[in-house]
Amino acid sequence: MMNPDPVLCGQVNTSAESGEPLLRAGNTNCGGCGMSVGLNLLNRAIGQRRVQMVIPACCGIVTAGSYPFSAYGVPVVASTFASAAAVATGLAQVAALNGDPTRVIAWAGDGGTYDIGLATLSAAAERNEDILYICYDNEIYGNTGGQRSSATPVGATTTTTPAGKELEKKDIVGIMAAHRIPYCATVSLAHADDAQRKMQHALDTRGFRFLHILAPCPTGWKSEPAEGIELVRLAIRSGLFAVYEVFDGDRRVINVEPELSRAALEQYFELQGRFRKNAVDLDAVQQTVARNWKGLRARAAEA
Amino acid sequence: MTIELLSANHASALAATLAGRANRSARGFGGGVYPITPQSECIEMLCKQSIEKGAVVRVESEHSAMGVCIGMALGGARSFTASSSNGLAYMAENVFAAAFYRLPIVMMAVNRTLGPPWNIWVDHGDTLMLRDAGWIQFYCEDNQEVADTTLLAYRLAEHAQVLLPTMVCQDAFVLSHTMMPTDLPSQVEVDRFLPVLELPHAVKNTAVTVGGLDFPHETEVHRREHHEAMLRVPEVYAEVQDVFTRHFGRRPADRVVPYQMDDAEVVLVSMGTTASTVRVVVDAARARGIKAGALRVRMFRPFPEDLLHTWLRGRARVAVLDRDICPGLGGILWSELRGVKPDGIVQNYMLGLGGGDIRPQHLEAVLADLLERDEASEPMIMEVA
Repeated sequence: MMNPDPVLCGQVNTSAESGEPLLRAGNTNCGGCGMSVGLNLLNRAIGQRRVQMVIPACCGIVTAGSYPFSAYGVPVVASTFASAAAVATGLAQVAALNGDPTRVIAWAGDGGTYDIGLATLSAAAERNEDILYICYDNEIYGNTGGQRSSATPVGATTTTTPAGKELEKKDIVGIMAAHRIPYCATVSLAHADDAQRKMQHALDTRGFRFLHILAPCPTGWKSEPAEGIELVRLAIRSGLFAVYEVFDGDRRVINVEPELSRAALEQYFELQGRFRKNAVDLDAVQQTVARNWKGLRARAAEA
Repeated sequence: MTIELLSANHASALAATLAGRANRSARGFGGGVYPITPQSECIEMLCKQSIEKGAVVRVESEHSAMGVCIGMALGGARSFTASSSNGLAYMAENVFAAAFYRLPIVMMAVNRTLGPPWNIWVDHGDTLMLRDAGWIQFYCEDNQEVADTTLLAYRLAEHAQVLLPTMVCQDAFVLSHTMMPTDLPSQVEVDRFLPVLELPHAVKNTAVTVGGLDFPHETEVHRREHHEAMLRVPEVYAEVQDVFTRHFGRRPADRVVPYQMDDAEVVLVSMGTTASTVRVVVDAARARGIKAGALRVRMFRPFPEDLLHTWLRGRARVAVLDRDICPGLGGILWSELRGVKPDGIVQNYMLGLGGGDIRPQHLEAVLADLLERDEASEPMIMEVA
């Protein structure tokens, strides 16, 4: 059931947000932080459900502020960097042993997901732990000052790839789908209704669920804070970010059709200072996008 | 009670199972487990047990094993895991985290040489690497002690005045793979001995953030509280010894275990199973008219400075036997014991490194060297192979 209230990217308080917010005022996030938008969307999706969150060492935990205060309106465990999926496993197992209705959510960045936490994440997925794992992907180690991760896209300059990254980003959704987990999806911050449906489905499904959010980071992307949602739209229109879901590692459903437009691609790169002018081979990027979409459509058609 | 022939690995798994079941009327029991030689038989045995309200999670690394224990403990459950050597090194980040969260997790650690080069035999360097992790540490001498210490570790760790994780250490193969008659209490007896765990800071429905950010002053306060909890351990341990004795009819050994110390002038200080051989050598020396005695450090953290100070006062000669090394310094037990400022000559001998068999003749050589000395020299490595 879709909520009848207007959503407006989760930024507007409606009856669904009448209680304690997930992310309270006074948090330390930068203006225009995509992760904050994601948390607000998650807040709305959680509704009346009881949740516990595990957040590893990342911007997501710096957000909380310092002891004894917290910007989070739900119980949160701040775990070590690689351990979100392991600590969430422990909490979820104990909740299950005791018949608690609590849903356990791991909320981690791309560094904690694609890189240091990947083995832990893969093992928890293999065991089909009853966890919702959400990766907010800002395509860098944001909290440590903007170093490259294996989620950083080709051409992006970071503090450790000053000449631009030469390697492609990992296909994390493909990796997670290969674990044949019950549910796996990408979430667009620019498509709030689709995001709500997916987050609620993911919250209520049993077993391991994985959501991937493209989360613009104005500080690292060197973009205008107000343009984050527009950047997500451009990433989708250009085909760079595919909005789709995978059920049981098998059935793939494409939720937003891309235009695969060159204009959107050019605009996406132009609006971000991390891509130096004319330094990125857009023809090559377009070929990669076409290849990725061909693969995705073939798999979507199979199911 | 039933006496069974058990290896220390199995004894520890069965004791943890008894402790785990004893929490079934509360939040239950569990842990993450991962194999490593010579500990694997412990977790294999644990995985065979049927534990009401229990969950043993087979994870992909030691780091995650402790991660799962942390999650379970924060969820209010009693928690257990086991590891050894490089596994402990890999786990180290979460070992510290468990202590900083103040979680009464109990871990059995089989002492094994760190590598590479790979060596699976006994050496205390692995758990001593974690001596500043803020855990209580016990070093055991036989399988009964491993079983009893595992049980009492929960009562100590979960005490409201303590709330610290506890490591129960035992020597690779000498105990881990050696069968000894071991007296395991019944479930009913353990249920009576162990109150259910009520972790005051368990994560429930209140919107708190556990383990978030600290500024320096908050860290100072957290470290002070951690330190003070550690300093309360001796007093609480004495209570636990009494309670254990009332319930099971045998008294767990003191933090420092004396042997023939009444009139001893020459003292051999050791940890773990070395102490058994030391006693043989002390008896032989006494038969020759040498007033020898021995101390075994059973609790290494918190360091039993008070007892060592008392026991070593006025002794003429002290040999500190280390089955570990801090390269460039010497034995770790010796370096800690220096803080006690014992009287007399205190000489450090590192022997049995990497699992070399410490035989009576090696300890006789130590004794001969100690008796000839006018003063202590630099720490010595005694090769036993």
